[in-house]
Amino acid sequence: MRSRRSILRDALGIAIATGAYALSFGALSVTAGLSVAQTCALSLLMFTGASQFAFIGIVGAGGNPWAGAATAALLGTRNALYGVRLSSLLDIRRWRLPVSAQFVIDETTAMAIARDTPAESRYAFWATAVALFSLWNLGTLIGALATQALPDPKALGLDAAPPAAFLALLAPRLRAREPLAVAVAAALVALVALPFVPTGVPLLIVAAVVVLYGIRPR
Amino acid sequence: MIWTPLLVASAACYAIKLAGLSLPQRFLGDRRIQRVVPLLPVALLAALVATQTFATGHHLVLDVRAAALAVAAVAVLLRAPFLAVVAAGAATAALLRLAL
Repeated sequence: MRSRRSILRDALGIAIATGAYALSFGALSVTAGLSVAQTCALSLLMFTGASQFAFIGIVGAGGNPWAGAATAALLGTRNALYGVRLSSLLDIRRWRLPVSAQFVIDETTAMAIARDTPAESRYAFWATAVALFSLWNLGTLIGALATQALPDPKALGLDAAPPAAFLALLAPRLRAREPLAVAVAAALVALVALPFVPTGVPLLIVAAVVVLYGIRPR
Repeated sequence: MIWTPLLVASAACYAIKLAGLSLPQRFLGDRRIQRVVPLLPVALLAALVATQTFATGHHLVLDVRAAALAVAAVAVLLRAPFLAVVAAGAATAALLRLAL
């Protein structure tokens, strides 16, 4: 079927781009002080990019790993909304439900919802899930091993790279005025709070402020 | 000890994904949840950019990381791929440290 071939091509394209992005995750995670095993465990078990970068970023900056864990979970909340959209498209009952859940992320959702039929949606979801999960974990392992072999990752500036990674994850979400204003306000709140609270906690304060802003009556 | 928070955070991220697929639609369809959840990554990523660029521990600082971020921002505006943005930021920091 012609459309399946084009879905498969798109899925592979996304997976290859994401594999390159995983290389940088593996490199930054080892630079942040995590072991290769911990780095690979994040990609296998957490498997949601922004949360993984947040966890290693906070640990690497000397923050409490529990603040990193809380931030990672908060960043993962958007996957719940993706699940709502996917649950009507994918035929997920019994054993398929717990397996499918691990693959509910930005890329698989984007690939699944833009289809004409439920059968194509399912195919797009699984093609993207399998290709992306494979290359994400392979890229992580290669990036982590390569960085572990370096005498001094800091000489390559890798310790200064996490903000670039966060910016690259943030930029596509700033295409309207409200998110842009929220981003600027969040950055300011975090910097103002930073001297007074433990490392990593400014992020939790920012999250609380956003929740209050979002649920305000109007 | 990093393993315990790492595994707990992974379990939480999985539980969130599972909840989206299994919870009744009307719960996650709530207007307030629909408003807050998409803003959370925007706010948290912006706060991460700011705190990881302009602070060391509890002190606000201005160092090579600000220049690295500026170069990364140019790369983002030029629609460079993710790996190129990260590499541009890292290379800027490395070169400035050599030069300074």
